[in-house]
Amino acid sequence: MLLAVNLALIIEKLVLIVAVVMSSLVVAMYTTFAERKVAALLQDRRGPNRAGPFGLLQPLADGLKLFFKEEIIPNFSSKFLFILGPCLAMLTAMMTGAVVPWGDKIVLPNGYEVSLQIADINIGILYIFGVVSMGVYGIMIGSWASNNKYSLMGGLRAASQIISYELAMGIALIALLMVTGTLSLKTMVNQQMDGIWNIVKQPLGFLIFIICVFAECNRTPFDLPEAENELIGGYHTEYSSMKLGFYLFAEYINMFISSAVMASLFFGGYDIPFLNDTQFAAEHGHNLMALLHGAMLFIKIAFFLFLFMWVRWTIPRFRYDQLMNLGWKTLIPLALFNMLVTGALILFKQNGWHF
Amino acid sequence: MQSLTNRAKAVDRRPLNLLEKAYLPAIFKGMSITFGHMFKKRPTINYPEKTRPFSPVFRGLHILNRDEEGRENCTACGLCAVACPAEAITMEAAERKSGEENLYKEEKYAARYEINMLRCIFCGLCEEACPKDAIYLSETFAPANYQRKGFIYGKSDLLIPHPKNEPEAFAQARGSRVKTTNN
Repeated sequence: MLLAVNLALIIEKLVLIVAVVMSSLVVAMYTTFAERKVAALLQDRRGPNRAGPFGLLQPLADGLKLFFKEEIIPNFSSKFLFILGPCLAMLTAMMTGAVVPWGDKIVLPNGYEVSLQIADINIGILYIFGVVSMGVYGIMIGSWASNNKYSLMGGLRAASQIISYELAMGIALIALLMVTGTLSLKTMVNQQMDGIWNIVKQPLGFLIFIICVFAECNRTPFDLPEAENELIGGYHTEYSSMKLGFYLFAEYINMFISSAVMASLFFGGYDIPFLNDTQFAAEHGHNLMALLHGAMLFIKIAFFLFLFMWVRWTIPRFRYDQLMNLGWKTLIPLALFNMLVTGALILFKQNGWHF
Repeated sequence: MQSLTNRAKAVDRRPLNLLEKAYLPAIFKGMSITFGHMFKKRPTINYPEKTRPFSPVFRGLHILNRDEEGRENCTACGLCAVACPAEAITMEAAERKSGEENLYKEEKYAARYEINMLRCIFCGLCEEACPKDAIYLSETFAPANYQRKGFIYGKSDLLIPHPKNEPEAFAQARGSRVKTTNN
């Protein structure tokens, strides 16, 4: 009996993992397309419109092109690490999706309930932090193994940037954790479904968090590691073919997962505003509810992805000293201030607003 | 120094105030500008499906004309070749045999007629020089080619379609602005 239950659980989780990985890959693919399209729209151009209707097959053509390109491993590089770099970047990008709740639950015809989250671990947000900081190893190892000074510069910048902004990000999150009192993403989403979204409680925290997310994803205005015009591509200078594709893909998957995390932390996750979820689920069934929840989360993610692109095509890149100034001298004090105020307010509230 | 126009602006070197240091208002302003561009009209034309209209006096590829019976107008007099400032036109004359009256309008015709489109400057002097209304410039231009010899257009490329055998193609090639005189 015990074995049977475990087998069902294993199959359930396997299916979920495959679904999440596949969907994040497809979303990443079409994010590249959306990026080119949005860039074109913002610049009064038309964007890719030749491959298929509205150019929808463009990402497939791009992928095919990357596969057919010659795979070059430089003679002077460290081969093992050179291959390990993009693999690690891809792996860490994929791993983050495990703790994001994609919906509440679906009920199979035989009454078996499937939770739409791969792992509801009670330290979910810490796990995300851990894995995201591992992501820098992909860039660092790849750039160092390339044995190229531009790559190394890119890798150095990536490492220092991600470490600097991780601090502000963490402190901004501590304030949020003090408000919610939990580390599990699922619990946070459930709290927001019953109450108000965390963005109302933590507007400054969200601002700091989103700036840090831009930095963590190496997106403009913080794309110094791959600054094309100063570092000829930064850490992926020496990369070609699908290894380059892995780096680019990892960036887009990171964007996707960070958008999902931001939506879950601050914008109610899969919560549909102004809808009584329990009543709706009782009337129309859990599966339709789960579908709507997933669609809602996807809309929120799409908005954040659009924001990433919108900012990319608006704001020029920071200089390195400006980047460090912003991170250490502005964001960290601001995050500390936010934490202090939040803590004070929570204490006052517990005291019944007695001073 | 006195400025020539009143458009000169003094550079503002005051230190940034707090609001400007916060960057965010400027960022939002910039983002609203880029967002506004999403709804602007795009100047790009989807080329192969849509083409830009040519002006009514556009001088494009040459066409060798036929009369209503489908006979070639050209008598290989060579006036176009003489008039051509780029020396792009060459031709060889031949005499019409009996039984070829339905092919060529007059007793002499051009057996070979070539225009080098790489030399041609599309000035239209050949059209003006022609006494027989045999050559005129159309509304299209020479398509790209992989080889130089592909740009030497012979009679098969230049002749207008036969008005009786292929009336639609003839009408299309004639376009809207061909002189309808037949002399």
